[in-house]
Amino acid sequence: MSLASPSGAAATGRVWRRPPLIANPLLRWSLIIGSLAYLVLAVGSVEVNWLRIYEGLDRGWAFIKGFLAPDFTSRWGDIVDGMVESLTMTVTSTAAGILLSVPIGIGAARNVAPRWIYYACRSIIAVSRSFQEVIIAIVLVALVGFGPLAGFITLSFATIGFLSKLLAEDIEDIDPAPAEAIRATGGSWFQWLNYGIQPQVMPRLIGLCLYRLDINFRESAVIGIVGAGGIGATLNTAIDRYEFDSAAAVLILIIVIVMAAEYSSSYIRKWIQ
Amino acid sequence: MPVTERNGKPEWALRTTPQQLAIWAGWLAGVALFVYCWELMTQTTIWAFFWDAPRQAGDLFGRMVPPRWSYMEQLWWPLWDTLNIATLGTLAGIVMAVPVAFMAARNTTPSATFLRPLALLIIVSSRSINSLIWALLLVSIIGPGILAGIIAIALRSIGFVGKLLYEAIEEIDEKQVEAIRATGASRAQVLTYGVVPQIMPAFAGISVFRWDINIRESTVLGLVGAGGIGLQLQSSLNVLAWPQVTLIFIVILGTVVLSEYVSARVRHAII
Repeated sequence: MSLASPSGAAATGRVWRRPPLIANPLLRWSLIIGSLAYLVLAVGSVEVNWLRIYEGLDRGWAFIKGFLAPDFTSRWGDIVDGMVESLTMTVTSTAAGILLSVPIGIGAARNVAPRWIYYACRSIIAVSRSFQEVIIAIVLVALVGFGPLAGFITLSFATIGFLSKLLAEDIEDIDPAPAEAIRATGGSWFQWLNYGIQPQVMPRLIGLCLYRLDINFRESAVIGIVGAGGIGATLNTAIDRYEFDSAAAVLILIIVIVMAAEYSSSYIRKWIQ
Repeated sequence: MPVTERNGKPEWALRTTPQQLAIWAGWLAGVALFVYCWELMTQTTIWAFFWDAPRQAGDLFGRMVPPRWSYMEQLWWPLWDTLNIATLGTLAGIVMAVPVAFMAARNTTPSATFLRPLALLIIVSSRSINSLIWALLLVSIIGPGILAGIIAIALRSIGFVGKLLYEAIEEIDEKQVEAIRATGASRAQVLTYGVVPQIMPAFAGISVFRWDINIRESTVLGLVGAGGIGLQLQSSLNVLAWPQVTLIFIVILGTVVLSEYVSARVRHAII
């Protein structure tokens, strides 16, 4: 991309070029060719059944129409049941998740916990983070049966990985001076934690908990698909029966609740800090 | 932090009495809400199943090990499909997210009254609906297969990439934009030379991060018929072939760990 003015280029014989993102030309070209080759292979392996898509077009249209005119009435009972289940699951699992993840998070902070507790807590976090909610839900539905209890355990478990990890990182990042000061007064370990560390991480922890509440609600809509209770089951039936107007109603409710949660959590965060 | 007099001596407390009461009331309300929700949630729970769970877990574990390693040869193709769903979906999502982000950022939006709220609505809608739900919808509209998975991943990625990118655009240094504008550059030139170089590292980081998340999400899309290794998981679950399920879990775990490693390395190289 040359950008020199014609007169300037003529006068000096030099042309300005934008520096390339990757300096080494060999690496640059092999990366470009490699990704092009991958793209060709990947796009080539997508099998598209145009006939099926053509047949589905009116269903897609029905879905868009359903969004414009959602049907809240004909499945209202199911929608209310599913929403109540989702919301109760969200509240209980977030509360339980916070209760579990605070001690684990403290244990996973290098500057607070002894070595062996640190490694134990870190491995709990790693296990919780590496499996997706849906996969945990499948196993738990097999263990405790269909219904919101499986969803509750799934979401609580998933909360641990998220909250403990971020809490542990916050505790590791604190300013050591206030904690040192509490220790210098002869405070016990709990007093040290309570007065030296907790005030420093509390505002962010509250923000993270609110964020997790939001995530848990969104996830509660998904794990219903594999039978773990909540609005996902209602949504699944509506879509399976091609009742796109009811499905659109559910989706609109989810979007509205997520928006409300996002708005109020930013309000609460401002009020706390 | 109030200091009160008691017996002629000053006494320090962290909070005033009304503050303490308010906090106490807040806790009471929280606990009451929890208990109420718990009651509501467990109304239909059959506790016999729950207390039976440890025995069931032992039983299930017994059936899950050892994994059926020979099943692996049937997993290579679905794994390749999963990778493609994640990568092509991320690319398509980015292509759609970039204009949305520029419309949503306060300093680059063409119209703050009309286009900006629309872009924000697109971002929130895409973020609130999980890719599995998008996949569920798309499978019923365009039929099962990896195309539905790719579109589902793309639709979900718009919100994530769009939100982070528009925040990055809003945080740029306006002086450089001003300098480009002062040379008499057109609107497009201001964007390409003033804004884009500043957000490039953030953009690359966000894209790689989303690709990593999409690898995770694409592993389960097959549960609703949208292609990839989840299809194998679903069919193994349906016939209760637990040794195969274990192997699929191991493969998913390996893929996720590998993609996390790759994305961490790439982000480290970029930023």
